[in-house]
Amino acid sequence: MNHSIRGRNLLTLDTLSDRAILEVLDTAELFVEVNQRTIKKVPALKGRVVASLFYEESTRTRLSFETAAKRLSADVLSLAVASSSVKKGESLRDTIATIDALGIDAVVLRHQSSGAAHQVGGYVPHVRVINAGDGLHQHPTQGLLDAFTVRQVLAERAHAKGSETGKELFAGLHVLIVGDIRHSRVARSDIAAYSALGAEVRVAAPGTLLPASLQDWPVEVVDDFDEALQWADVVGVLRLQRERGTGSFVPSLAEFTQTHGLTLERARRLRPGAIVMHPGPMNRGVEIDSAVADLPAAVIERQVSNGVPIRMAVLYLSITGDPEETRS
Amino acid sequence: MDAHASASSRSRDTFVARSLLLTGDDVRRAVRRMAHEVVERVRDDDSPVLLGLQTGGVAFAQLLATSLADITSRPVDHGTLDVSFYRDDLERRPFVASSASRVPVDLNDRLVLLVDDVLFTGRTIRSALNALADFGRPRAVQLAVMVDRGHRELPIRPDYVGKNLPTSLSEDIVATVEGVWIGTRTPS
Repeated sequence: MNHSIRGRNLLTLDTLSDRAILEVLDTAELFVEVNQRTIKKVPALKGRVVASLFYEESTRTRLSFETAAKRLSADVLSLAVASSSVKKGESLRDTIATIDALGIDAVVLRHQSSGAAHQVGGYVPHVRVINAGDGLHQHPTQGLLDAFTVRQVLAERAHAKGSETGKELFAGLHVLIVGDIRHSRVARSDIAAYSALGAEVRVAAPGTLLPASLQDWPVEVVDDFDEALQWADVVGVLRLQRERGTGSFVPSLAEFTQTHGLTLERARRLRPGAIVMHPGPMNRGVEIDSAVADLPAAVIERQVSNGVPIRMAVLYLSITGDPEETRS
Repeated sequence: MDAHASASSRSRDTFVARSLLLTGDDVRRAVRRMAHEVVERVRDDDSPVLLGLQTGGVAFAQLLATSLADITSRPVDHGTLDVSFYRDDLERRPFVASSASRVPVDLNDRLVLLVDDVLFTGRTIRSALNALADFGRPRAVQLAVMVDRGHRELPIRPDYVGKNLPTSLSEDIVATVEGVWIGTRTPS
């Protein structure tokens, strides 16, 4: 277990302790204030270079990482993979070596292969690697921003600052994650974050959309989604990943919606105060009804805005931190 | 009073107090005197915005604001400023997550009074001046510190000082509204 990400790569949430996660959340809270200023920029990473390397398409993750880096005054090298030498067959290793030769302090990597970020960490040990989503493996900053958003909402209700509450608001919190667990790196990171902070996590999905290795996860599988909805304080709806062929894992999208979609009718039966989340982009009408996404219970836009302070915190801690300081 | 808890900026180190230099009463008297000096120096039609530097300066800014309000019978604008992300020694100092800035009013064309617990090298104040520029363009900036312990590394000078305490580099000072201690700091 790592108790801090200072000076370290962020590849997965699986190996982070509650302390490490809380440090990111508390640091992000400071950056929320920076993002509310007229001049939304601090010089913390002045002169540092952050490369953003996205092998998969992405809107919010890429934009929010690049915004985060810029608000810390870092220079951003952004590689548009579609128009780069990758199209000529350049390997990941060679691409990284090329970028590294330009002099970079960190690389933010989104890749379709699980473990790609880990691999890059081995190629360039002097560069900090931030995993922005690798295949079916992990999407650490999404897990962090989801936990941050939940704490923020619950802390506001208690008229407190999130950092004042530590992890106490997660104690015994019921989190239900529903949908395409099998193909979801978001689910893997969310589960790691919520359970490290002390929440109770359950997952609901059609059998075909559950991964084979679930017995190692700190979760309970529920068979009856409708029953679990009455239990949940937080409902994390996952995107049905049609680009990963999820369509062939369910008889039809309509049937998926019928058994596991968060319809308006189901949303009406949520516990009072329950929070609805979605990492985006949404398939409105498939895993979540359009009307549900626009309910006050849904904090989807807040998840997006929290992406910037969380990624600022991750870049800041990972790049400026001294790993020796926190060795324990 | 736990002197360790107030050693905000180097919280990983342990501060061992050798002696109490000022009691809480002494501190309150010194702050009250600084408030009178501020009133003397600032024109009647000009009201300063007090910004306490996170984290040690916050309580002093609060106390100074209360004293000023007492003397002038007018409310005093005050807030806090966090300079962590503006430091020039991020590499060399342990990272400290402190609290966010809270700047309650528009600083443009106002007189800003920065308030801190201990003035030492002056680097925190340099960071504060940079941070301040991101919030606006004050008409003027002044500095009030509870303790000036010397050893400046930058051309920075306080406008109001609670107590001048010449120290050696091996010593350290902890100043809170509960009292001022001298002692030594050892990495824990």
